[in-house]
Amino acid sequence: MIGLGHYLTVAAILFTIGIFGIFLNRKNVIVILMSIELMLLAVNINLVAFSAHLGDLAGQVFALMILTVAAAEAAIGLAIVVVYYRNRGSIAVEDINMMKG
Amino acid sequence: MQTAALLIVFLPLLGAVIAGFFGRMIGDRPSEIVTTFFLMVAAALSWFVFYNVGFQGITYKVPVMRWITSGDLDVSWMLRIDTLTAVMLVVVTTVSSLVHMYSIGYMHEDDSRPRFFSYLSLFTFAMLMLVTSDNLLQMFFGWEGVGLASYLLIGFWYQKPSANAAAIKAFVVNRVGDFGFALGIFGLFWLAGSVSLDPIFQAVPGLAGKTFNFLGYDVDIVTTLSLLLFMGAMGKSAQFLLHTWLPDAMEGPTPVSALIHAATMVTAGVFMVARLSPVFEYAPAALQVVTFVGALTAFFAATVGLVQNDIKRVIAYSTCSQLGYMFVACGIGAYTAGVFHLFTHAFFKALLFLGAGSVIHAMHHEQDMRNMGGLRSKIPTTWLMMLIGTLALTGVGYPHVIGFAGFHSKDAIIEAAYAAHTPNNYAFWMLVVAAFMTSFYSWRLMFMTFHGTARWGHGHDAHHGDHAAHAAKHDDHAHDDHGHGHGTHEPHESPMVMLVPLFVLAFGAVVAGFVFSKYFIGVGHGAGAVDPYKVFWGKAIFEGQQNHILHAMHDIPKWVGWAPLFAMLSGLALAYVYYIAVPSLPATTARVFRPVYLFLLNKWYIDELYDFLFVRPAKAIGRMLWKGGDGAVIDGTINGTAASVGWATGKVAKVQTGYVYHYAFGMLIGLSAILTYIIFAGVGR
Repeated sequence: MIGLGHYLTVAAILFTIGIFGIFLNRKNVIVILMSIELMLLAVNINLVAFSAHLGDLAGQVFALMILTVAAAEAAIGLAIVVVYYRNRGSIAVEDINMMKG
Repeated sequence: MQTAALLIVFLPLLGAVIAGFFGRMIGDRPSEIVTTFFLMVAAALSWFVFYNVGFQGITYKVPVMRWITSGDLDVSWMLRIDTLTAVMLVVVTTVSSLVHMYSIGYMHEDDSRPRFFSYLSLFTFAMLMLVTSDNLLQMFFGWEGVGLASYLLIGFWYQKPSANAAAIKAFVVNRVGDFGFALGIFGLFWLAGSVSLDPIFQAVPGLAGKTFNFLGYDVDIVTTLSLLLFMGAMGKSAQFLLHTWLPDAMEGPTPVSALIHAATMVTAGVFMVARLSPVFEYAPAALQVVTFVGALTAFFAATVGLVQNDIKRVIAYSTCSQLGYMFVACGIGAYTAGVFHLFTHAFFKALLFLGAGSVIHAMHHEQDMRNMGGLRSKIPTTWLMMLIGTLALTGVGYPHVIGFAGFHSKDAIIEAAYAAHTPNNYAFWMLVVAAFMTSFYSWRLMFMTFHGTARWGHGHDAHHGDHAAHAAKHDDHAHDDHGHGHGTHEPHESPMVMLVPLFVLAFGAVVAGFVFSKYFIGVGHGAGAVDPYKVFWGKAIFEGQQNHILHAMHDIPKWVGWAPLFAMLSGLALAYVYYIAVPSLPATTARVFRPVYLFLLNKWYIDELYDFLFVRPAKAIGRMLWKGGDGAVIDGTINGTAASVGWATGKVAKVQTGYVYHYAFGMLIGLSAILTYIIFAGVGR
């Protein structure tokens, strides 16, 4: 029987992969965007799992909401990446440190 | 009458303002004329006032305006015109107007004459304020005013570092005396409840003999206050231990030396003691100190004057010595004799200084007597004037009968010193020895400058280097104006504008003694009849019940009157032997008595002593506070704070790598830390 714990475990694993994807990644910004997406999905799994477990639909409504926002966010993020590439000629993470103090 | 007094005091101020603020606008010559003219008017009015006060007995006060009203303190600007003031008015305005006139000639090569004349007039105003003051605060105002003008004029040639140093020295040394003077004024105000002279004079007899407790000792009040006041007088009048500024003040232009550092300002101390005679008369112990300091100064300055080579320094030490005479007179109670000497001294010492200025002018700003000699044939008029000045200074005259100005006043002091019966007659003997030395150095000056072989023709280039510091522009101007080249340095007689003041002063130096003698110091004999000096002085000078010095000085052995003359003649003879008959003798003497010679040449090493005692420790403390206190502690703290902030921010800025994943990592760490805290601390449970 697959219980709540399993779902949460999967979500936690996905979330952790997302985190590590962000700061172990040395290649390009798109991977970071994908990792953020992965973390949002992990949260969604959590929400859906708790929703099913508690019998409260609000969690699933939230999950759909987050999917929408994530889509918008991905669109904006990719747009930024495109603009950035146009200006700087690179989207390698190593090269994006203009905020350096 | 009141208008006359106001005009005397404020015309010089007006002249100073005009020359000082508008001198650039109206030009050099008008500035000179305006200031000189105002001073001449003031001098004429002063003689008028002198006649009215001294011989008509009219004394009065002129209120000018209220100054300070605060609680018990009520001070007004008030001119007090009595005999003592009138004497000082005459001295100050006469010498000042002559010096103004003389300066037109002496300073004609200078670029900033309006400034010079403005300072001269400002000085005169301050001095007049001092001598006319009716309260101690106004006196202090004048006292500091003349100090300021003296500072400005000593440092008039501000391009010369030595002049600036001398000006600062004069100011600082005077501060030491002023400290005492100010304390004396505070004390008198504390006791008498007023700084005006009359209430103080009324209060002092009641205070005589009272004591106050200071650090466990019972100290006599009036004596203490008198000594404090005398400390101020010592500073201003360059008495022993506070005299060091006066010789250095010779860095100023020579007319300044004549006016300020010979005739007027330095006599302010004598004036003050005479003015406060009602206080000093109740402090016999303080008067003994005055006598001792005066006698010591007269002796000390004369010894130093023996060996100086700068013509102005010889006269400066002579001034110092003569001031000592005046203080001896005040100290033994013969205030009028002191003021009499002040009066005559102003004429002949101003004459000597202006004569020396004429010599310096003739020699193109050469002041070293070793580079003079044989000038009599070149500048005969100046020689004659200097001769009269020297005769007056050394006190030539037939004892008990008649003589030059200095004879009447100086011999009166010496006789009074004998009559005063100081312990072992030390005052008398020191003054006689000083008179001998006065004669020697005065004639030495005459012989070295005007007689003997000329030492100025050759070797001029050698000493020219020494005097390069002496504002090269003066030399240059001199050559331009007189059409002299460097090769031909022919001494030339001064123009008439410089000689006329000499004539007037010479006249004073000859006649001031025997004309005014009986009015200033009385005739002594004729018991019962009122002595003319009492009529002349009126209430200006106070003499205690026990003070009969002016009578006693006329009843002394005959030989006492001859002693100064004998001292004078032997000084003259010795100077003749040393500098005319056997010119090699001075060098031999200096070699044989080398320690003594060096001791005197270095002015008893007092400057060195002060340097060691005060200047160096002060410098060391200043350096310690500068390097240690200010540099290390204060600057160190502030700079250190700033530097450590910079260092810390530099480190913090390193955290801002600019990599997105670092920020993300930071956020996560923070998030998990907060979560951990919430979970384990159980917030909200």
